[in-house]
Amino acid sequence: MNKPIRRVALVAMIMFALLLGNVTYSVLFRQASLDANAQNRRTRDAEFAQDRGAILAAGKVPMAETEPSDDRFRFQRVYPNDQLYAAVTGFYSYDHGRTGLENSYNTELAGTDDSLFVNRLVDLVTNRSPQGATVQTTIVPRVQQAATDALGSQKGAVVALDPRTGAVLAMVTSPSYDPNQVAGHDIDEANTAWTRLAKTPERPLSNRAAREIYPPGSVFKLVTAAAALEDGMSPDTKVASPDRLKLPNTVTYLPNSTDCGGSETTLSNALRVSCNTAFANVGLEVGQDKLREQAQKFGFNARHLADLNGVASQFPDDMDRAQLALSSIGQFDVAASPLQMAMVTAAIANDGALMDPYVVARVQRPDLKPLSTTKPAKLSQAMSAANAKELQEMMRIVVAEGTGSNAAISGVEVGGKTGTAQSDPSRKPFAWFTSFAPVENPEVAVAVIVEDADIPRQDIAGGRLAAPIARATMQAALS
Amino acid sequence: MSTAAPMMVVPRKRRGAELFLLLFAWILVLGAYAQVDLNVTGELSPRFPVLAAGTGIAVLFAHLAVRWRIPYADPVLLPCVVVLNGIGVAMIHRIDLVNDPPLDGARTQLIWTTLGLLLFIAVVAVLRDHRPLQGYTYTLGLAGLVLLLLPLVPGLGTEKFGAQIWIEIGGYSFQPAEAAKVVLAIAFASYLVEKRDVLALAGWRVLGLDLPRARDLGPILGVWVVSLMILVSQRDLGTSLLFFGLFVMMLYVATERPGWVVLGTGLFAAGGYLAFLLFDHVKIRIGAWLDPFGDFERYYQVITAQFGLAWGGLLGTGLGEGRPGLTPLARSDFIAAALGEELGATGLMAIILIYGLIVFRGLRTALQCRDPFGKLLAAGLAFGLALQVFTIIGGVTRLLPLTGLTTPFMSQGGSSLVSNWIVIGLLMVISHHARRPIATAVELDPDNQTTQLLSRAT
Repeated sequence: MNKPIRRVALVAMIMFALLLGNVTYSVLFRQASLDANAQNRRTRDAEFAQDRGAILAAGKVPMAETEPSDDRFRFQRVYPNDQLYAAVTGFYSYDHGRTGLENSYNTELAGTDDSLFVNRLVDLVTNRSPQGATVQTTIVPRVQQAATDALGSQKGAVVALDPRTGAVLAMVTSPSYDPNQVAGHDIDEANTAWTRLAKTPERPLSNRAAREIYPPGSVFKLVTAAAALEDGMSPDTKVASPDRLKLPNTVTYLPNSTDCGGSETTLSNALRVSCNTAFANVGLEVGQDKLREQAQKFGFNARHLADLNGVASQFPDDMDRAQLALSSIGQFDVAASPLQMAMVTAAIANDGALMDPYVVARVQRPDLKPLSTTKPAKLSQAMSAANAKELQEMMRIVVAEGTGSNAAISGVEVGGKTGTAQSDPSRKPFAWFTSFAPVENPEVAVAVIVEDADIPRQDIAGGRLAAPIARATMQAALS
Repeated sequence: MSTAAPMMVVPRKRRGAELFLLLFAWILVLGAYAQVDLNVTGELSPRFPVLAAGTGIAVLFAHLAVRWRIPYADPVLLPCVVVLNGIGVAMIHRIDLVNDPPLDGARTQLIWTTLGLLLFIAVVAVLRDHRPLQGYTYTLGLAGLVLLLLPLVPGLGTEKFGAQIWIEIGGYSFQPAEAAKVVLAIAFASYLVEKRDVLALAGWRVLGLDLPRARDLGPILGVWVVSLMILVSQRDLGTSLLFFGLFVMMLYVATERPGWVVLGTGLFAAGGYLAFLLFDHVKIRIGAWLDPFGDFERYYQVITAQFGLAWGGLLGTGLGEGRPGLTPLARSDFIAAALGEELGATGLMAIILIYGLIVFRGLRTALQCRDPFGKLLAAGLAFGLALQVFTIIGGVTRLLPLTGLTTPFMSQGGSSLVSNWIVIGLLMVISHHARRPIATAVELDPDNQTTQLLSRAT
C-alpha cells in the first residue's frame, strides 16, 4: 500500500502548496485593491484616526484642518469657515464617503500615498504619529468671500479664474452646506445631517460651479462671435438682424428681446445689444461644424477640473438648421457649467490661449517640502491672438455702452457679456454674466449664474442680477 | 512494503525531544495569550497564572502518558497540536475581548481542551493498540452513519447559520459529524482491509485505466448517496466533501487502483454540479467565491474576511491590534481570517505549515506501519485532516468556495476539538507500533512482518 500512500502524500503536498501559494498571491496582488475598497471599514477607521493634512487657501488660511480629539478616532476634521469653501474642500465623512479635494487628494492628505512612503518609514522609526500631506489650493480667500457675499442667499454659482494660468481664484455655489455637520464623530448625528442635506430640494451638496450644466443663453454668443471672427468676419461685418427670424423648415419664429437697431447691424453691435436674430444668422452662416469646433476649442464636450470631478459641457451633434440657429444663441441642447463659461472668457482675455483650469497649486509634505507642484498648462489656442483682441474690444463695449453696464468698475476697463437663458417655460430663467478685467492686461475672468431668482420675470436679465456679483468678484481679485 | 529491505535503523524514542518541543510550544502559547491581554487591556488577566500552571500540568500529563504507554510514538505530533490548540484559545480570547462586556469563549474552549486531552490520554493509555478496533467494522460503520444523520432527527437537530449539522441536548450543542469522522475512518479502514482484494479486481478497461467491476460499486455508491444526503438535507457542503473524499482516498490506498479515484472524482463532480443547479446555498457559496464584490450584502462574510487578511498584510497587525471582530464567525469558521489579520500572511503560513507537519508525520506513520489496517487508518486520518484544513483555510482565503468546516484544533467548538484530539491519539498509537523495534527483526521474512501473531507476542 506504500505506493498509493506516497501518491496521496503528493496530493496532500500539492494542497498545502496551493494554500501557501494562495496566501502569498493574496498579499502580493489582492491586498492593495482590498485596502482601497470604500466599503473596507478597517481602512476607513484607520484613516479617520489619522492626523490628516490641511487644505489651505492662499498660503496659510486653512479651509480644512485636523484637530486632536479625545474620542476613539483621536483626530477631528474641522472646516473653520463653515460653508465658505465647501464647494472646493468637499467633506470627509464616516458613512458617506468623501467629496471634493478631500476625496481626490485622500491618499496624500491621509499620508498613505506611495509618494509619502519615506515619511511613513521615518515616522515609524522615530515613533512619531504619521502626518498627512498639506494641499495648497489656488483659492484666494478675499475673492471667495466677496463672491460669496455678493451671491448672498440667491441660488447660483460663481467661478473666478486667473486667465493667464487657469488657476481657480474662487468657486462659490449656493445654497451650500457646512461640512462640519457631516464630518462629526457622532456617526448618527452626521448621518442625519447628511440625509437632511441630500433630501433638501435645493441640493446644497451639489457643486453648481463645476458639476452642473445649464443652458448658457446669450453668454454663448461669445463662442458664436469667436467662430465668426475665425471664419473671416470682422467686428464691423454687417449681419441681418430682423425683428424676428423664421427658423428654417419650421413655422416657429425666433424673436428679439432687445432692439437690434434696424434690419442690419454690425457684429460688434449685435453683441452689445445681444441681438438674437443676428447671432442666429451668424451661426447659420458659419455652419454647425465650425461652431462645434470653436466650442470644443473653448473646452466644450470634455471634462475639466478632474480634482473636483467637473462635468463636461455640451454642444450637440447632428442638428438641423433650426436647431443650429437656436444653438448659436445658447439655446436648444447647448449646456455649459459656470466653470466652462469662465474658461471661454478667460481664453478670450488671454489672447485666445485656453489654460487648463486647476485648483491645487501644490502638495506639501509635512516638513513643507513640495511633493508635487501644478504647472499651468495650455489646453488649446481657441482663437488667434488678433481675433481675441477684437473680441475683447467687443466685450469692453458691451460693458461700457451695452447690456453689461452693471459690471463697470470705475478706473478699470471691463469686458463682459450678459445672458438670460430659458430652460423650461414653467421655470424662471437663469441669469448669466461673464466678464474679465482689466481689458488691457487681464488678471481675472469670472462667470456668474443666478438660478431662478425670486423677482418678476420681465426683470430678470444677466446684466441686472448677475453683473453686480461679477463686479464684486473682479474688484476683490484686482484689489 | 513488500519490496523494502528489512528495517535496519532502530528508531529512537525521542521523548526528550518531544518534551523540549512541548516546552517551546507551551511558552509560545502563553506568550500569545499574554500578548493579547497586554495589547487589548494593558494588563494580564487575573486568570493568567492559573492558566499557565494548568496548561503546563495538562501538557506534562499528556507527555507522561505518552512516555509511559507509547514511548516510540512520533515526537512531533503532540507539540504541533499543543501550539495549534493554544494559539486557537488565545485567538478566541482575543475575539472575546472585542465584545463589551467581554465574552468568555476561551474558558469554554479550555474546558473542551481539557476533555480533549483526557480522551487523548485515554486513547494512549487505555486503548494503546489500534488493532483491536478492526473487529468492529459494522458496529462502527453503523454508529458513524447514525451520528451523521442525527441532526436530521426532529427535536434533536438544530439549524445554525443555514446548516443543519448541530444537535442540542440540554442546552449544549454538538456537531456529531466531527465524531462521525473518526468513527467512520476506523470503519472504512477495517472494511477496506477486509475487502481490498475483491475491490481491486479489474472490471472494464477504459483509456488504459482499470475501472472496478460493476458489482463492486455498491460501497462507493452507498457513501456517495449518504454524502449527497448530507449535502441536501443538512446543507453542509464541507462535511459531504470531507466524507466522500476520505472514503475515495482510502479505497484507492487499499486497492492501489487509480480507477477508483477517477470514478470518485467524477461522481463528486456530478453531485456537486447537480447541487449547484438545484440549491441556492451552493450557488451563493460559488458566487461569493467567483465574484465576492458582486453583491456586498450577500457575500458580506467572505468580503470582510478578505478585508481582514488584507489589513494584516505580510506581517500582521499583532495580536490584539487588528479588527477581527468585524468578521462574523471570526472565532469558528473564520478563525483563519482572524489569524491572518493579526499574525499576518507569515503567521497564517506558519500555521498552515504546522498542519502540514502533522499531516506528513501521519502519512509517514502510514508508510512505516507494518499492518495494513494501521497503514490505512493512519493514511486516512492524516489525509482527512489535510482535506479539512485545505477546504476551510482555502475557503477563507478564497482559494476555494467556502464550506462550513471547522479549522482543526483552532475553531471554537467542543465536538471538533475533542474528535481531533482522539485523531491525534490514534495517530500516535499507530506511530508507536510503527516505530517500535521488533525484537526478532533479523529472522523476519519481510512478507511476514505484518502477521498478527508476531505482534501479539511482543
